[in-house]
Parts: sequence; structure tokens; C-alpha cells
Amino acid sequence: MLDVQDLQKIYTGRHRNVEALRNLTFHIAAGELVCLVGPSGCGKTTLLKCMAGLLTPTSGEVRLDGRPVDGPPPGMAVVFQEYGRSLFAWMNVRDNVALPLRRKKLGKARERELVDHALEVVGLADAHQAYPWQLSGGMQQRVAIARAVAYEPKVLLMDEPFAAVDAQTRADLEDLIRRLWRELGVTVLFVTHDIDEAVYLGQRTLILSTSPTVVQEDLTIDLPDERDQLHTRSSTRFAELRAHVYEQIQRAKRHSGDVNGTQVADRMPQAAPTKAQTEVVGSE
Amino acid sequence: MTVHTVFRRALLAGGLPGALFALWWFTSAGSTDFYLPPLSTTLGKFGEVWTPERLRSDVLPSLLRLTAGYLLAVVAGVGLGLVVGTGRVVRDVLEPVLELFRAIPPPVLVPVIMLFAGIGDTMKVIVIVSGCMWPILLNTVEGVRAVDEVLSDTCRSYGITGPTRLWHLVLRSASPQIVTGMRQALSIGIILMVISEMFASSNGLGFTIVQFQRSFAIPEMWSGVLLLGLLGFLLSLLFRFAENRALAWYHGLRRAQRNP
Repeated sequence: MLDVQDLQKIYTGRHRNVEALRNLTFHIAAGELVCLVGPSGCGKTTLLKCMAGLLTPTSGEVRLDGRPVDGPPPGMAVVFQEYGRSLFAWMNVRDNVALPLRRKKLGKARERELVDHALEVVGLADAHQAYPWQLSGGMQQRVAIARAVAYEPKVLLMDEPFAAVDAQTRADLEDLIRRLWRELGVTVLFVTHDIDEAVYLGQRTLILSTSPTVVQEDLTIDLPDERDQLHTRSSTRFAELRAHVYEQIQRAKRHSGDVNGTQVADRMPQAAPTKAQTEVVGSE
Repeated sequence: MTVHTVFRRALLAGGLPGALFALWWFTSAGSTDFYLPPLSTTLGKFGEVWTPERLRSDVLPSLLRLTAGYLLAVVAGVGLGLVVGTGRVVRDVLEPVLELFRAIPPPVLVPVIMLFAGIGDTMKVIVIVSGCMWPILLNTVEGVRAVDEVLSDTCRSYGITGPTRLWHLVLRSASPQIVTGMRQALSIGIILMVISEMFASSNGLGFTIVQFQRSFAIPEMWSGVLLLGLLGFLLSLLFRFAENRALAWYHGLRRAQRNP
């Protein structure tokens, strides 16, 4: 479904080059819900933008259904963290959701049906005429999610979508994502810096190292498929997984792709850069 | 809105103009100065001079020239602004030249433009365009450059490109700046309308006012100045009405950001 192979991204600056992603390889099967977690500044956003075709990687490639991604592929929707900046402030909720559908030329009736349904499932059935700035943060992010749902993507990429909403809204939205994922059968990659969220949501969690970034661990979340905020979060297994991810993130903060063991170094065709080059801020 | 608040607003908005008019009325009353006639005389002449025929023969041509010049300036300014704002190379090449042109006071160009375009309507429209275009152009460039990166990425990932992107993303998000430029351009346009008619014309508001002045019809001249002020005021009211409709989302957004 979605393959990331030896992905590397170096930002070339005037005075220095920043290697944000060192060497990333992973695979996401169709219909999976995978979380991506890592320390702040580890290049999560860079990775997501490369996967969405919004950024060209320095080397390596991303493949969607076997086809290399060299621009935003059709059938992929992205939900960004900054809901306030990803919605059209000059359009009401309904037009915001409907605009991406125009290109698909589905016909008025089908378009109306998709928009109605999308707004219904995210719980905004009575906010069609409102403008985004009249809504709360959580509701604005629901509009962005509805827009992605109406688009009927095969893959949904989410870049820390709930980082800027309050904790209660966040729990609701997490359950919404689980529900949509199961109902729509869409493949979801959910980027987060929140460890609880990374464990609660996905079937698998990819833990990233600090920049220059490699995949530090590919962890299967063996929690039961039926999850709810109360019982899942209080289960022993959840606590164990959470502790494990937490330890890995702590380890990740001390390690980067540079010093993260021999198997990483083996894969690197070029010489490792000097220490001075790697002590740079991440891309986020 | 209660009757009380309506009254209060009317009083606040109309108070100072009313007071100034009253001041003018009383200080000029009984004036024997030939050049500063009493306001009562000027107002008396107003109805006499600005008859429907005169409005048709002198005010209407002025307004048509203003409309034509202003609309052309909007099209040219926004169109060029989109090109300059989108392409970095174009911007680097053109920006110094544009700043230079902008710095030339448009009235200076009237004699120059007269050499090429004669003294007809074409000259006046060109003069208005050459002055109105700059604030619209430069504000459009700013607006286009400020298009939000996240929103731009959102459009790309949903395959919103070409004319759809231009209209729904670029122009709409730059519209507050474009409107700011258009507001500045409107007052420049009125000034240039009058000036171009003062240089050379056979009709128009500016022409008529100069004619009155040259024939020492002083109260008539003052009534023309009053009419010009009134016209500017009405046009700005009209502009504000249109702006409030077109930018309702922007004002709402600003209010929402101020009191979250």
C-alpha cells in the first residue's frame, strides 16, 4: 500500500545543510492505522510532507500502491495540525468540505450526498452555514476531518491534528478517528508527539529517533480492537505499552541516526557527517 | 438596535460636519468679501447651477471617466499584482521599476499624456489609470505574497490547482489587501478626474469649476467645490457598503481573533 524506502531529506541552507531525515524504511498495509511518534523536532512533519508529495526527498522514495509519489497523489488526504490555517476563512463549512470534490466532477447530487454524510459523521450536521472562525478549535478540526472524509481517500495522513485542542475534545476526536477508520476502511498514518495518543489509537506505532531520523522501533500495539477512553487507558497492557514507548522516546532523545547502532551505519552508503553538522535543530 | 442607539450614532457621525457647516454659515454670513461669499448665497446658487441638465452634461461625463479609469486600474493592478506576487524572479526584476513609477506624482504626467493621447476622454482615462493602478498593484503583490503556506499545501494535496486555486485561494485570501489598495485608489481617482479636466476639457466637473472661477462666478465656483466634496463622500459610502459585503468574513475573522 504505502512504502517508504531509504528516505532521506537534507535541507540545503546558505551556510549549512540540515539532515532532517537520515534513512527511513517502513511499510504500511492497506487498511492499517499506524501511529508515528518521536521526540519533538525529529522531522515528523518533514516525513509526512515527503509522503504527501508536498516535499521532494533528497534520496529514497515513497510508493503508493507501487507507484512512486512525486507530487500530491490523488486518493490521499492530509489533515494538518493548524486547523485555523488549513480552512478557507472566506467559505462556510459546507463550501470548505465541497471545494476539493469539484475536481472529481461527481455531479451535484453525489457531491451533496458526500458533503452531507461527511458533516454528519463528524457531528457537524447543523453547522453547514457557519464560517470556520465562528467555531471552536475542536469543531474546526472536525471540519478539516470532514473535508478529508468527503474526499474519499484511500490514505489519510494526519499531522499532529489534535495537538492544539483541549484534552476533552481531544479524547472525542481520537474516538472519532478510530470510528471513521473502521467504518471507511481507510489507511491512516497518524503523526503525534503524544505518547498516550500513539498507543491508544493505532495498531502499530513507529517510534522515530532524533534528527537525523531513523525508525527506532516498529511496535505492534496488541490491545483489543474495541477501545474506549476509560477501559483501554486503565488496562495493564496499555500501561506497559505506554511505558515502553516512553522509554524508547527517552532513549531516542539521546540517540540519533548517527550513533544508533551498527545496523543503521551499515545501510548508509555515504560517510557519516561530522558531529558539527549533525548538531542542528530539527525541521519542525 | 434601538431608536436611542440609532440616534446616538447619527449624532456622533453627523455632529462634527454639522458644527463645521454651522461655523461656515455664521462666520460667512454678511461677508462682503467677493471671494468668500456667504454660505447662504453659495447654497442658493447650488440649486440654480446644478440642474438635471447640468448634472447630465458635466457630472455624468466626469463619473463615466472615473468609472472607466478606476475599473481599468483595478483589472490592471490586480492582474499585474498576481503575476508579480506569484513569481519571485518577476518580482525581483520589476519591483524597483514599479517603486520608481509609483513615486512620480500622476498630475505631472497629464501634459505628457496629452502629447500622446490628445485632450479627449482617452487622455483622462489614462491619467486616472496611471494614478490609481499603483496602490492596487502594490497591495495585491503584498496580499498574494502573504497567502498562508498551510492553506497552500492543503490546496496542493487536494489537487486544487489552476484557475480554481487562483480564485478560491490566491485572490480571496489577498482580497483584504486588494480592497485596501482600491480604497486608496478611489480618492486618487477623484483627484485625477478633476485635475485632468482642469488641464483641457470641454465638459466635466473640474472644467466647470475652472470656468466659473475664470468668469468670476465665485458662489457658483464654491457650489461646485461643495458638490465635489459631496460626491467623494457618497462614493466612499458606496465603497464601504460594498466592502462590508465582500469582506464580511474578514471582519468576522478579525473580531473572532480579538476576543477568542
